[in-house]
Amino acid sequence: MRKFVPILLMLTAPVWAQGSGPTPAMANRQLADPSKEAEAMRLMHSLRCIQCQGQSIADSDASMAATMRAEVRQQISAGQKPEAIRAWMIKRYGEWVSFEPDFKGARLLLWLTPLILLLASLWLARGLFRRRT
Amino acid sequence: MKRPWLLWAPLAVTACIGGLAAYGLVVPKDEQVRSAMIGQKLPEFALPPATQGVLPLSNTDMGDGKPRLLNIFASWCIPCKAEAPHLEALKAAGVEIDGIAIRDRPEDVAAFLDEFGNPYRRIGSDSEMAVQLKLGSSGVPETYVIGADGTILFQHIGDIRAEHVPMLIEKLKSTT
Repeated sequence: MRKFVPILLMLTAPVWAQGSGPTPAMANRQLADPSKEAEAMRLMHSLRCIQCQGQSIADSDASMAATMRAEVRQQISAGQKPEAIRAWMIKRYGEWVSFEPDFKGARLLLWLTPLILLLASLWLARGLFRRRT
Repeated sequence: MKRPWLLWAPLAVTACIGGLAAYGLVVPKDEQVRSAMIGQKLPEFALPPATQGVLPLSNTDMGDGKPRLLNIFASWCIPCKAEAPHLEALKAAGVEIDGIAIRDRPEDVAAFLDEFGNPYRRIGSDSEMAVQLKLGSSGVPETYVIGADGTILFQHIGDIRAEHVPMLIEKLKSTT
């Protein structure tokens, strides 16, 4: 056993590689008001982490995500509307930061393409329905 | 069948979508998130000094009639060490550089400056990364060209290498 202790200690070494700086207080602490926390949580699940880019800031443990969560909670508790906070983030990082694209310009195509494809395929398939009946 | 070509339409659409996916696999992805704050005024902030013996940094310290570089760095960031000599080269060329230390501790910043030199006029400490968020910055190191009137003119993501030094000097010159 005594031989293994240094090895086990060595295995914990990666802990030292973690960022050493402070984490904002609001990053990992829920808001006192459950309805506000739910509101913040909904928004945090739809904002993208700048650092580990596939994850939402609610799912990510990156320091950047922690900062963004703190910012969201602070603004929510100050009475800010979630969509205004989303706009605040977009103003700084562009549309990319939001997982929920809006209904404007080229992004309209994103929302309408499935509908267009469905209508087009129904139109293409209309002959089949006619023959069956 | 009146219009036999129509039969091929679904295949053509599917091929287009498949082609787009294949294109996405081949083309190298740009993973940098650029700040959307370029062309806008610096956001308001007031940061305490990052360590003993350096001056604090607020947005009003910049944009006072002289264009400057705003360098975002951290003592724990390895590329920041690599860019230190190039910041010194910029300083030697007469460029004024303000720094923001991200998520750092005063003693670590002091050790970093001791080892790699201090090219900064002022260094603010952004321990909770709040100013980084306000700037639309996505990591360390990053360098911004701040115009004489305090407008954010340019963002350089990643460490400054030797080849970036003349480009940054040119950007600063063209603003005055």
